[in-house]
Amino acid sequence: MRHIISILLENEAGALSRVSGLFSARAYNIESLTVAPTEDASLSRMTIVSVGSDDVIEQITKQLNKLIEVVKVVDLSEAPHVERELMLVKVRATGKDREEMKRVADIFRGRIIDVTESAYVIELTGNNAKLDAFLEAIGSALILETVRTGVCGIGRGDRILKV
Amino acid sequence: MVLTGGEIVIRCLQEEKVEYVFGYPGGSVLFIYDAMFKQDKFKHILVRHEQAAVHAADAYSRSSQKVGVCMVTSGPGVTNAVTGIATAYMDSIPLVIISGQVPTAYIGQDAFQECDTVGITRPCVKHNFLVKDVKDLAATIKKAFYLAKTGRPGPVLVDIPKDISNQKCEFDYPKSVVMRSYNPVTKGHSGQIKKALQLLLDAKRPMVYTGGGVILSDASSKLIKLVKRLGFPITNTLMGLGGYPATDKQFVGMLGMHGTYEANMAMQNCDVLLAIGARFDDRVIGNTAHFNEIQRKIIHIDIDPSSISKRVRVDVPIVGNVPDVLDDMLKQLDAIEAKSDPKQIAAWWQQIATWRAKNCLKYKHSDKLIMPQLVIEKLYEVTGGDAIITSDVGQHQMWAAQYYKFDKPRRWINSGGLGTMGYGLPAAMGAHFANPKATVALVTGEASIQMCIQELSTCKQFRLPIKIINLNNRYLGMVRQWQEMFHGNRYAESYVDALPDFVKLAEAYGHVGMQITKPGDVEAALRTAFTTHKNDLVFMDFITDQTANVFPMIAAGKGLSEMILAEDL
Repeated sequence: MRHIISILLENEAGALSRVSGLFSARAYNIESLTVAPTEDASLSRMTIVSVGSDDVIEQITKQLNKLIEVVKVVDLSEAPHVERELMLVKVRATGKDREEMKRVADIFRGRIIDVTESAYVIELTGNNAKLDAFLEAIGSALILETVRTGVCGIGRGDRILKV
Repeated sequence: MVLTGGEIVIRCLQEEKVEYVFGYPGGSVLFIYDAMFKQDKFKHILVRHEQAAVHAADAYSRSSQKVGVCMVTSGPGVTNAVTGIATAYMDSIPLVIISGQVPTAYIGQDAFQECDTVGITRPCVKHNFLVKDVKDLAATIKKAFYLAKTGRPGPVLVDIPKDISNQKCEFDYPKSVVMRSYNPVTKGHSGQIKKALQLLLDAKRPMVYTGGGVILSDASSKLIKLVKRLGFPITNTLMGLGGYPATDKQFVGMLGMHGTYEANMAMQNCDVLLAIGARFDDRVIGNTAHFNEIQRKIIHIDIDPSSISKRVRVDVPIVGNVPDVLDDMLKQLDAIEAKSDPKQIAAWWQQIATWRAKNCLKYKHSDKLIMPQLVIEKLYEVTGGDAIITSDVGQHQMWAAQYYKFDKPRRWINSGGLGTMGYGLPAAMGAHFANPKATVALVTGEASIQMCIQELSTCKQFRLPIKIINLNNRYLGMVRQWQEMFHGNRYAESYVDALPDFVKLAEAYGHVGMQITKPGDVEAALRTAFTTHKNDLVFMDFITDQTANVFPMIAAGKGLSEMILAEDL
């Protein structure tokens, strides 16, 4: 099962490597990891997407909680939540593809943020499946470069992860 | 008061009432050693290798409950210490390791004796710090001690760049530590405790299984009270020996890979299991699938939530400090009228008696060769069961655990989790410093002892009257045993050729050496060592039967009830 684990941790040098080191040392899976400071600069918020059985995910959250710099851990996928990922795609945009690219980007509610004679950079946000579907719709032949941020997520309604 | 970083380190250690620092100086800790030179509140024990400094501090802690402290220099000082740190981490031993680092401006430039200490030690410490500002130094050391000894204990490392230890700032040692990200629990959940007691009182075949957590949290006396009151059988892990008196009739012996037949059978066949400060590791319950073949309810008390349901699903988890939880259990037990069904419990004891009748620790005696088991039995007799026994790792370690009956906690000091050969001699040093009046003996083998043999020199410098029991079978005994049993008698690299003359070696270091070759001489040699040479370090080289194996044994990957007994072969 795929889980989205959200972590609030001290914004200190080395905290990221404690988390990533934990995953590699205990052979846990990381699909993606994002991290950035929060509105309180002393704290960072990290989102990790991992795949594992319930037992493994339980161990992951317990082991994360054990890290001294980790303040709070929540498995977002346990309850309603939203998740988003940002993707930048550079595509070849020449001849008839130029118009087609613009159209596909519009359908997916992407925005073209850089234009040259031969290429576009398209910005797109959404969940994993939407970004995958967009890439499929364009077709690999026209994709020059892809950058994805990895998932970040937040609980719906009153579910709040805060100190 | 304005002090240098080096002076601050020393003042912090004094504030923490440190008695001994085990260490080895070098370039990047020179300012700290210089400050140490000017004080006499604690003593520095100069070892001969940094690994030994950590092991000694570790055993000092294991045998006293105090935090062990060691100090090493940057680069190789740290990398040498890593084995010791990992050993302490695996067994949850509270240590503070002060390491020097190259000056701040040199970090990352591949400077002389530079290594990424925080990176290298990260996976084997509870936490570590790199001090980047002298103003943070005192608070960081305060945190290090606090982290090391609270919650599930463990080693904490403080890396101090050389320039920091020479800079000055106002010294103010914090009175307390507040960390929003670290709040270890103590009290267990009372509802869970109630559930646990109901399960225990309804049990037909109850079993108590306790580990190192009981020793580390000093919960032995409360455990004894509870177990006596319940009247249930109890087993200890290798790390938990001494947590419950081995000579008591409710004690069924150590369990696990080399545990007793009765302990393993009772563990496998119980219907309610109370696990306390133990972690169901592979050497204890073997194959988890086999363990799960029999349905049983499991109650698990541990301070570390991540130890619960890690290898085995637990029905009633109780997160808390063991003595606090046991206190609450005893109190709740007073209020409950229900009692165990005495008939059921008697029938269960009857079953255990038939397992006990196997007498699984009996071994073939010889009048020509010294049986290693005999040496441990005699050691037990001669020391009256009242010594602190440290050990290395291998067959001798298992025999010591099986045949020396530990009645009190903190008397059995060994590297259980990491299994570090070379642990025993420095551990004996640390145990002696923590318990100067106690008899300290090391049970080792000719292979293990050579991994930290240089410490015989430290023992001479500090006049440590350690008794070394060297069970010399000229083989890496446990490796040889596995090769005999599972690798078709192909003894790949397990024969140790060209051994030193240990008697001369001991004498060369200024100690007393003895070689014992006949079974009839074992007891007399031990008596001489422990009485005539009470104040000397005596190295007793026992030339033992080369073919002796440790039984019972559960092969790797097998289940608890799939033991191989000596009589099966």
